Amino acid sequence: MILKGIAAAPGYAIGPVFVMKDNQVKVERKTLSAPEAKAEVVRFSEIVNQAIEQVKEIQEQAREKMGDEQAEIFESHILVLHDDEFVGRTKEVILEKNINAEAALAEVTEELVAFFEGMDNEYMNERAADFRDLNKRLHGLLTGAKQASLSDFEEPVVLITDDLTPSDSAQLDRDRVAGFATNIGGRTSHSAIMARSMEIPAVVGLKDVTEQLHDGDIVILDGTTGDLIVHPSDEQIAAYRVKKENFAKRKAEFHKYMNAASTTVDGHTVELVANIGNPGDAHNAHKNGAEGIGLFRTEFLYMGRPNFPTEEEQFEAYKEVAETFGKDHPIVIRTLDIGGDKELDYLELPKEMNPFLGYRAIRLCLDETDMFKTQLRAILRASAFGNVKIMYPMIATIVELRAANAILAEVKAELDTAGIAYNKNLEVGIMIEIPAAVLVSDQLAKEADFFSIGTNDLVQYTMAADRMNEKVSHLTQPMNPSVLRLIRMVIENAHREGKWVGMCGEMAGNLVAIPLLLGLGLDEFSMSASSVLPARVLMSKISLADAKEIAAKALDMQTADEIQQFVQDSFPVIEELL
Amino acid sequence: MQQTFTIKNPTGVHARPAGAILKKASTFACKVELEKADGTRVSAKGMVGILKLGLKQGDQVTVITEGDGEAEALQAVGEVIESIFE
Repeated sequence: MILKGIAAAPGYAIGPVFVMKDNQVKVERKTLSAPEAKAEVVRFSEIVNQAIEQVKEIQEQAREKMGDEQAEIFESHILVLHDDEFVGRTKEVILEKNINAEAALAEVTEELVAFFEGMDNEYMNERAADFRDLNKRLHGLLTGAKQASLSDFEEPVVLITDDLTPSDSAQLDRDRVAGFATNIGGRTSHSAIMARSMEIPAVVGLKDVTEQLHDGDIVILDGTTGDLIVHPSDEQIAAYRVKKENFAKRKAEFHKYMNAASTTVDGHTVELVANIGNPGDAHNAHKNGAEGIGLFRTEFLYMGRPNFPTEEEQFEAYKEVAETFGKDHPIVIRTLDIGGDKELDYLELPKEMNPFLGYRAIRLCLDETDMFKTQLRAILRASAFGNVKIMYPMIATIVELRAANAILAEVKAELDTAGIAYNKNLEVGIMIEIPAAVLVSDQLAKEADFFSIGTNDLVQYTMAADRMNEKVSHLTQPMNPSVLRLIRMVIENAHREGKWVGMCGEMAGNLVAIPLLLGLGLDEFSMSASSVLPARVLMSKISLADAKEIAAKALDMQTADEIQQFVQDSFPVIEELL
Repeated sequence: MQQTFTIKNPTGVHARPAGAILKKASTFACKVELEKADGTRVSAKGMVGILKLGLKQGDQVTVITEGDGEAEALQAVGEVIESIFE
């Protein structure tokens, strides 16, 4: 039997299950006399103080096992335990209804849980779990009930439970729990996030798994697909043992590449960096081995608000990213790429027939000079705190590059006059995503400090195929010889002027495309954070010489499929990493 | 005193931002309250109340202060409200 859930944390676990059902707290309701109720309030206050002490201890455990970020959730538990709307309200209910603390607490918790579950925001829905967690803890202390124990099992178990509260997760013993599966939850629920940060394989959202399984049932938990195989055959167990071993090996191997340079077997080093959309992503990119940021999309600062972000707000966001990586690591900040399909309420732009060919990005910024200058000032100021670079999107002509640089020069002059610090040698590059820019990249390379190829748009413009239109999606072919030849042209023209070339489209993280791009001479690969380590492993197992040879041959081939197959056949290591 | 601020944190005012607002508000002796566009008003010194507002990115919230240090409180709490936490 296979139960299908939501894959929450990758990895495999094989073993007996331990069903932890005590998550549903059974509450005994007692009616008290008025004096008894008063005493009950005092008892409850003492229990709350004990709970605060307990949570502080768990917070320390969480900090050790999962890091500061996960430990922070317990900070909010402590704050709630000091809050009148939770603790005070419970005391009120005890006195108003003359009932025991357990019953009053259950009522207050139920109200809050219902309230937060009713909100149309998954981050707020998650707060319901916090209140359940606190209720369980307080109830346990009030009744003196003992927790079920995992130590009854000799071998590590697969924990089966309704939901794993933050405190449950923090107290999990990694040596005893091989994995866990829950009835409720999704990819972003507490339990899933905790499982990923503790690297325990997990499947969530299995609905009634606690009812379907019994202690000691043997299961295979596949945290990569979300499958829970109940009573597996010997063959299945053998197959999953191999998968599990490979997963562990791969993880250990990837880990070795965490802080390594991205160097080929013949000693050629490239830069593997990440694409991010907000300052928080930078931490994640850093944790995933990125050497810097190759594309910081700044749109998020402008979206979902009624007015333009101030210089100060932008400065703080850019500085935060620069400081996350430190002085030596590049941070490429792309100026605002808005307009067309990405709208801002406060920038009243007319609807367009062809937004991708319309009034957007640098075209818009060159008109909205106040908005553009504010952003440039903020980026320049942040450049005093790290290796920040500026990149203009959607450059089609050299006139646009010159116009943007003229505005930048004005802003620099203003900062000079005001005596505000910035990096005077800051590099200014452009996105290459329009075929027109490719064809004059020899000229652009004389005036830009670097290029970054935006393949998503470059492919769409080259093939004249809307990437949002499913009917023509088969034409979205980054590996088409036409696109590859454009990429080659850009790189050759830049290198002739001694400039570096990066790529920040999805193609840069594609393991099949990487050897081709390496062979064509690409210097910097910018991709989603999770692609960085696999890309580095691949890079370290191939040679530049081979990549050059394969790329030269590939560009003479005729179809994308042919090229794809040829690269995969030439580098069997890709298969192992896919 | 009062002033309206906009939530900028992409994931809204969940546990961590709410805790930060509360801690900042609690450093002032004056009354500090938050009022959402729909009129719901809560104390900025209580965790549950702040969470109950369910503030999302782009939402506007008015900070109302009254008493000792009301001007400083208004500014300091407003700053936390507009911070990005992710």
